[in-house]
Amino acid sequence: MPRIRVEVDGTAYEDDVEPRLLLVHYLRDRLGKVGTPVGCDTTNCGACTVLMDGLSVKSCSVLAVQADGRDITTVEGLGGDHPMQRAFHEDHALQCGYCTPGMILASIDLLRDNADPSDGEIREGLEGNLCRCTGYQNIVRAVRRAADEMRRPADQRPAGQEVAP
Amino acid sequence: MTAAPEAGAPEVGAPRRRSEDARLVTGRTRWTDNMQPAGTLHVAFLRSPQAHARIVRADAERARERPGVVAAFTGADLADEQGSLPCAWLVTDDIKHPDHPPMAVDEVRYAGEPVACVVARDRYAAFDALEEIDVDYEPLAPVVDMDAAVEDGSPLVHEGLGTNKSYTWVFENGDLDAALRDAPVVLERRYVQQRLIPTAMEPRSVLCVPEGDEFTLYSATQIPHILRLMLATVTGIPEHRLRVVAPDVGGGFGSKLQVYGEEVIALLLARRLGRPVKWTESRSEGNMAVHHGRDQIQRLTLAADEDGRIRGLKVDLLADMGAYLMLVTPGIPILGAFMFNGIYKMDAYSFTCTGVFTTKTPTDAYRGAGRPEATYAIERLMDELAAELDLDPIEVRRRNWIAKEEFPYETVAGLTYDSGNYEAATERALALFEYDKLRAEQADRNERRDPVRLGIGVSTFTEMCGIAPSRVLGSLSYGAGGWEHASVRILPSGKVEVVTGSSAHGQGHETAWAQIAADRLGVPFEDVRVLHGDTAIAPKGMDTYGSRSLAVGGVALYAACDKVVDKARSIAAHLLEAAEQDLEFTGGRFGVRGVAGEGATLQEVALAAFAAHDLPDGLEPSLDSDATFDPDNFSFPHGTHLCAAEVDTETGMVRLRSYVAVDDVGKVVNPLIVEGQVHGGLAQGIAQALYEEAVYDAEGNLTTTTMADYLLPSAADLPEFTTDRTETPATSNPLGVKGVGEAGTIASTPAVVNAIVDALRPFGVSDVPMPCTPERVWRALRGERGERGGEGAEPGAGGGLGSAGGAR
Repeated sequence: MPRIRVEVDGTAYEDDVEPRLLLVHYLRDRLGKVGTPVGCDTTNCGACTVLMDGLSVKSCSVLAVQADGRDITTVEGLGGDHPMQRAFHEDHALQCGYCTPGMILASIDLLRDNADPSDGEIREGLEGNLCRCTGYQNIVRAVRRAADEMRRPADQRPAGQEVAP
Repeated sequence: MTAAPEAGAPEVGAPRRRSEDARLVTGRTRWTDNMQPAGTLHVAFLRSPQAHARIVRADAERARERPGVVAAFTGADLADEQGSLPCAWLVTDDIKHPDHPPMAVDEVRYAGEPVACVVARDRYAAFDALEEIDVDYEPLAPVVDMDAAVEDGSPLVHEGLGTNKSYTWVFENGDLDAALRDAPVVLERRYVQQRLIPTAMEPRSVLCVPEGDEFTLYSATQIPHILRLMLATVTGIPEHRLRVVAPDVGGGFGSKLQVYGEEVIALLLARRLGRPVKWTESRSEGNMAVHHGRDQIQRLTLAADEDGRIRGLKVDLLADMGAYLMLVTPGIPILGAFMFNGIYKMDAYSFTCTGVFTTKTPTDAYRGAGRPEATYAIERLMDELAAELDLDPIEVRRRNWIAKEEFPYETVAGLTYDSGNYEAATERALALFEYDKLRAEQADRNERRDPVRLGIGVSTFTEMCGIAPSRVLGSLSYGAGGWEHASVRILPSGKVEVVTGSSAHGQGHETAWAQIAADRLGVPFEDVRVLHGDTAIAPKGMDTYGSRSLAVGGVALYAACDKVVDKARSIAAHLLEAAEQDLEFTGGRFGVRGVAGEGATLQEVALAAFAAHDLPDGLEPSLDSDATFDPDNFSFPHGTHLCAAEVDTETGMVRLRSYVAVDDVGKVVNPLIVEGQVHGGLAQGIAQALYEEAVYDAEGNLTTTTMADYLLPSAADLPEFTTDRTETPATSNPLGVKGVGEAGTIASTPAVVNAIVDALRPFGVSDVPMPCTPERVWRALRGERGERGGEGAEPGAGGGLGSAGGAR
């Protein structure tokens, strides 16, 4: 079995894995990083989205061996006071919350590409992430709110009120 | 960072940010599949690739020899203990109700039905071993088309029943023959409610942990309480030896209002093997095996006078049950029986529904459950009536709807609508929509022969929520009551635990229930914790579905809080040496009338009750209270939805330009949550109109098994919604609430299709079958209606890649 070395949310892991093991199953079943859920098996829903070296990937369509030497950020690695997390809470951009980890990470990647997206650009940019509860309107609102905040210099942002439990 | 109301301001009505969010936005969740007790074994199911076949041989021996495989079973291996999955709603005395083994034993009746399972050390090993199971099938004739299924000589789904008709259920009121006789306007229409796949984002998952002869079953379910009772009934394991937990549950929309075979099998496997057993479905198997929704053929006859006033309505339904009757399968179309008349007055009504077996996945509740189908029919008919009489669709509705001064109003379907104000909601919607301006633009585009036409769709809907008065359920042969339970515990420190029998899976009960309790008890919102979804913690409940949680469960909480205050009042009077009738309870404090400064807070009373050193003689040392609320009547949310659609007549592409929803859901506990429910409901209703369809080919194979084939709308596919509310309190409960979970879904589907048809009326189009994909719109414009008995034209592709063909 190939041996991989992956950094996940700031912790380094070294493991022997089957070549066919999906990254999402490595995260969930081997590392216990169950904050990243699985919503489909055809890469359509985006619930399993994580950041790999800062770029969003659907972890159900990445093999664990492809993550060798990479840096993975899951929703758990964001802490609790990332502006995107706060915006999702503030704008009621989640209901059941199952799509939320992927939606938040995809939104962060979207803002990396385009720091000031229009509503239409947000909708197009999140096309690969499905939500069945919200009708997306509040998600669009939240991404806009986070974008506004993240464009501001750090010292002008609202004080870091944590959403974390 | 929650938007807390000003100190002392009421919690109810405030847009509280949800307490649930903290764990959901950080990934600190408790989805069933997240749980992995030591020694957990993983289950994989082998599913039938055939729609209908006899199982000649099933052999799992080689699978058992695979490394990592602990056990493998065929349906025959478990035949003696697996029982039959329950149906709790046998709607007629002579309903045909076939056995439904959790794993097929002799015959499979839909593609995706489980036939065998493997239990292994991990999910990969379990799936690998499925390949080693041999099953020989002898194909039988599939039964795919409902119209054909009820004809004499059709192949049968269940040979032993002698028919594919499960039941025929009839409701009649008034003299329909008289209404139809000599009516100046008679409209006859046939509409198809295509089959839908509910598609909660969290796939189903179940984990069963054995502890001696007791079992804890975690499941992604909406109904932990009903599931516990049903598992006990099916397996014979005593109910008090079973604990069912619905941990974080990622949406349901009716699909997790079910007792699934996989849940029963997980329990049986845990009992056999003595180890925790977990099964989590893949989306592809879920699309085949989670119950589907809708799927009706509606034949409708509406009789009206020349001025547009409705005389009567005849509804003749074929409702697809699929292969088996599941928990409430037969009752779903019957819920619609009371809603086909909508908000309108009429003298005569006849409803007949025949439940039909086909070799497809069973149907059951999907968001709205019977009411969207009914609302679609009547709201489409109202637009047809308007077109027939050359009236504005708003005007024809106005001539027929129940006027605000006529409430309470007994409808032709036998319900009493307690309240409503259709005028106010409609006026508000017309103003927000800029109706006249859009009509002018529509006329202009028609005049200019613009290739992109504008259509305006109207839907003035109501629905029955707050399911349900137990006596009504009894009269409809349902197997249980419709009450809900709540209890309130005042802890010694004055903090409050609320226990509710409603089982949330995204609705935000933890926030809304805390708001209700905070107001009733006069304690801070933060001092209230809401517990639910575990039969050991919330032992009594009827769970969450049918927009019932607030209108039934919330009211139970309201009543339980009042009992707490009553108990506290006795103790407070004793502590304050005052008469009970001289006490007033405001802001969480008992004061003595006319004596400033004298008083005791609820926290002080709670501590006194806890210490119990100095209580009145004979008084129980506790403030804890519970209440079970059984509503006298349903609640009836209503609203007016307006949709503007641009239809490209050259490509058939539909673009929703604006959508206005004005809903009246009565009093609102949390407007943020209510708006979110409306948004999500709209998305699902619009998706039925434009995108979604579960498609079977002629052999009975589901061709929409993946999310690539079954088209869920993304953010890019949906418009920005304009939502507003009018507020006519329900009179049937002290909170004045009605329910909001399904409203958007119920109202929006006809609004969208009405808009599309309205755009195409200048071309002689009077219907487009759902989902109104570009190809179907394009074909409708060319007169290829795809109706049965027409030119034989295919109605065109449904939504996704796998949906060529589709309902017709």
